[in-house]
Amino acid sequence: MAEAMLAADGTPLKRSLARALRRQKLRALMLIAPLLIFVLITFIVPIGSMLFRSVENEMVGNTLPYTVEALAEWDADAEPLPSEDTFQAMFFDMFLAAEAKRHTRLGTRLNYETTGLSSLFRQSGRQLDDVADISYEPLEDFDAAWDDGETWYALMNARQTADDALMAQQRARVAALTDNETNSEVNFAPDAEVAALLPLAAREYTAWAVYVATQDGRDPATRDPWEAVAPALLIDLQTADLSGYAGPEADRLRAVQAANLPVANFVDAFVDMDEDWGTQVPWETIQTHSSTYTSGYFLNAVDAQKTADGVSWQPEDKQILITLFVRTIWMSLLIMGSCILLGYPIAWLLANLPMRKANLLLILVLLPFWTSLLVRTSAWKVMLQQQGVINDVLVWIGLVADDGRLIMINNQFGTIVSMTHILLPFMILPMYSVMQTIQPSYLRAAKSLGATNWTAFWRVYFPQSVPGIGAGSILVFILAIGYYITPEIVGGTKGVFISNRIAYHISSSLNWGLAAALGSILLAAVLILYWAYDKIVGIDNVKLG
Amino acid sequence: MADTATDQAFVEFERVQKSYDGENLVVKDLNLSMPKGEFLTMLGPSGSGKTTCLMMLAGFETATHGDIRLGGVSINNIPPHKRGIGMVFQNYALFPHMTVAENLSFPLEVRKIGKADREEKVMRALGMVQMQDFAGRRPAQLSGGQQQRIALARALVFEPELVLMDEPLGALDKQLRETLQFEITRLAHDLGITTVYVTHDQTEALTMSDRVAVFDDGRIQQLAPPDALYEEPQNSFVAQFIGENNTLLGVIEKIKGDTCEVRLDDGSIIDAKPINVTEVGQRTRVSIRPERVEIGTARLTPDAHTLKAEVLEFIYMGDIFRTRLRVAGNDDFVIKTRNAPDQIRLTPGTMVEIGWMPQDCRALDA
Repeated sequence: MAEAMLAADGTPLKRSLARALRRQKLRALMLIAPLLIFVLITFIVPIGSMLFRSVENEMVGNTLPYTVEALAEWDADAEPLPSEDTFQAMFFDMFLAAEAKRHTRLGTRLNYETTGLSSLFRQSGRQLDDVADISYEPLEDFDAAWDDGETWYALMNARQTADDALMAQQRARVAALTDNETNSEVNFAPDAEVAALLPLAAREYTAWAVYVATQDGRDPATRDPWEAVAPALLIDLQTADLSGYAGPEADRLRAVQAANLPVANFVDAFVDMDEDWGTQVPWETIQTHSSTYTSGYFLNAVDAQKTADGVSWQPEDKQILITLFVRTIWMSLLIMGSCILLGYPIAWLLANLPMRKANLLLILVLLPFWTSLLVRTSAWKVMLQQQGVINDVLVWIGLVADDGRLIMINNQFGTIVSMTHILLPFMILPMYSVMQTIQPSYLRAAKSLGATNWTAFWRVYFPQSVPGIGAGSILVFILAIGYYITPEIVGGTKGVFISNRIAYHISSSLNWGLAAALGSILLAAVLILYWAYDKIVGIDNVKLG
Repeated sequence: MADTATDQAFVEFERVQKSYDGENLVVKDLNLSMPKGEFLTMLGPSGSGKTTCLMMLAGFETATHGDIRLGGVSINNIPPHKRGIGMVFQNYALFPHMTVAENLSFPLEVRKIGKADREEKVMRALGMVQMQDFAGRRPAQLSGGQQQRIALARALVFEPELVLMDEPLGALDKQLRETLQFEITRLAHDLGITTVYVTHDQTEALTMSDRVAVFDDGRIQQLAPPDALYEEPQNSFVAQFIGENNTLLGVIEKIKGDTCEVRLDDGSIIDAKPINVTEVGQRTRVSIRPERVEIGTARLTPDAHTLKAEVLEFIYMGDIFRTRLRVAGNDDFVIKTRNAPDQIRLTPGTMVEIGWMPQDCRALDA
């Protein structure tokens, strides 16, 4: 059509229709809004944020912002160790992190990548004060006024112009480090002139002021700063040109500069704390994992790791996850297969028995649904264990010697048997609903056309029941692949699934990133399966109950 | 094998009984004999046992008692797939996961017929129902009438000598049904197939069949060609079931050869032909077709009894007029008259005199 259709009032028909429908749509949306919001808040958002953890890696950059910046230029192949500046940045980052008690968390995070870093960070955190004292004690001895917070406050606090950029920067630094708000009032603003003259000292003092004011709720004007400001000041004074400075404490600063007080050599100081700082290992690890987003968790999830030289396999003794994935899929397929074999005849009976008998049978099928999953699994434990019902019966009959009782639990056999039992209804019900729609006249027609019972079943009945098998299979497989409780209870070490590993990383090792990556892979596998099923069989054919 | 069996008895039911629950007989003492090539229709209300008979013949139900023979051989213990009987179902029962060609090929495959042979037979069968162009379609892509044609072709493709049809046109609209009725009859006669057709639609039964078996209460009430069935019903069930009928209740007054006099409940006397009444004083239900009633006495014999009737309603139906009268206390007495130029249109309220030839009025069991 060349011209758009017009409604009676002359507006385009399409727009007129859209307007008329919008009200309806809005009303419908309002109706489902409570549920939608509920699902969004309690389901979608938590899952999304959990999955996001699989790539999120802000912790390194948040905890060691200046170190990451300094390390960027380091080439591990050309230089044995990062520069003194890097060590120095590391000192100030670590000092603040240690005061905020965040350095151990980072140590744990980096320990996922390189074993030993957790204890390195923890132990070094305790010794940072000693490094600071190398500068702090001489400064205090030289002039006791530097031991007094008021001296520092007078020096640093803004007089004419404040350095707002520095303030905002340090607020952000503390916020990122502590995951807390830092927007509250701080009774301090760095003086622009001092900040230009003594950049490092101003930076560290501001960070401290923001921290005590926003995190501890104290007034920085009346508190003594952390020892780290001393080395920062002495480092600044090594190069600062004080000739034009006439602000507060100008004389004291000049005196300190003239005294040429000692500044720690940070490389030596770190190596003194722990020899490992003198190797490339921790530095390479930090450098490799300093980006905001990382593929590291996903690589770990498939038994690989991210190193400075690219991706490589985990050491042999740490490779377990691919084995677990393969086992999960293989055992889920076995469970699915057993469910088909056991469920098909039952579904057939359900669909073909007279109503009364079929209802009774259906109740028997559904009965397990009304029993707690935990109870059913525990029941299998009673049945299958070596002193359990089945073994007792076998021994009593004489099929099995008393000292040769079968091991049927805490292995794959136990998991397969109990999960087949537990998931069987999910196979039977979709099969039943499909078989119900297959009219008996098809079988009669086949027989009247000369087919034997078997041919009639195989050529006519079975193909029509395939959508039911497909629906049941996909349901059982998806449920099985993510199963947790049953393998946990009856699986032992040989019969556990990937989900048990995820639970371990969530609740024991606290490596949530890896758990999220494993979960994402599982989710992706299920979605791909679903998609493939839709392509091959068509999801419209899936009928449940 | 047809040569060895007598032409008179290709399909035989002998004293067949069937009970599902051991308490009630669904089929009571069925005797039926069909010659080869006959088109026989089993007609009856639902629950009359006609479908059960068909299922016993097909082998899906076993007779509780009696013998069913096909070509002289008892088939009681032969499983359905060895009977070689083609069957058309009410819901077509085309296999939904197979194409039309595959559906037709199925009976040939299970008979292990070669591929080339199969394809030829399939195309020929499709040709019989003019559906060659649809070989590649799935049943779901066909209309109801097309599906029924395919079902018919599938029942014929393996060249059975006996074809059973279980209300095959029940789900179709009227016009399509009429077309297919004609096609089925033509095919059955052209191919010389013996056909047992089950329906509850009497028009279908009358137009298609060589003989019709009217079922009621587990028995064949009458087995006769369509015209005999309509014009000479043997009992009042058949008379009422087939076609439209006026019935009047009365008592036999006198029997004289093939005529009798009946005193109706209001006292008036009419002439009738005794069918299954034998003695004077017996209760009877006389039955007369609406189109055999005469208005006025012009064409009746002089001694014929007539009745006074009051016109209650006149309905113009195009080709015929339908007039409802009150006759002997019966308000539903209907007469049909041809829309001819000389035919008068009766106005409600007028009194007329009606009568009929004695042979058109049948005195049946009450």
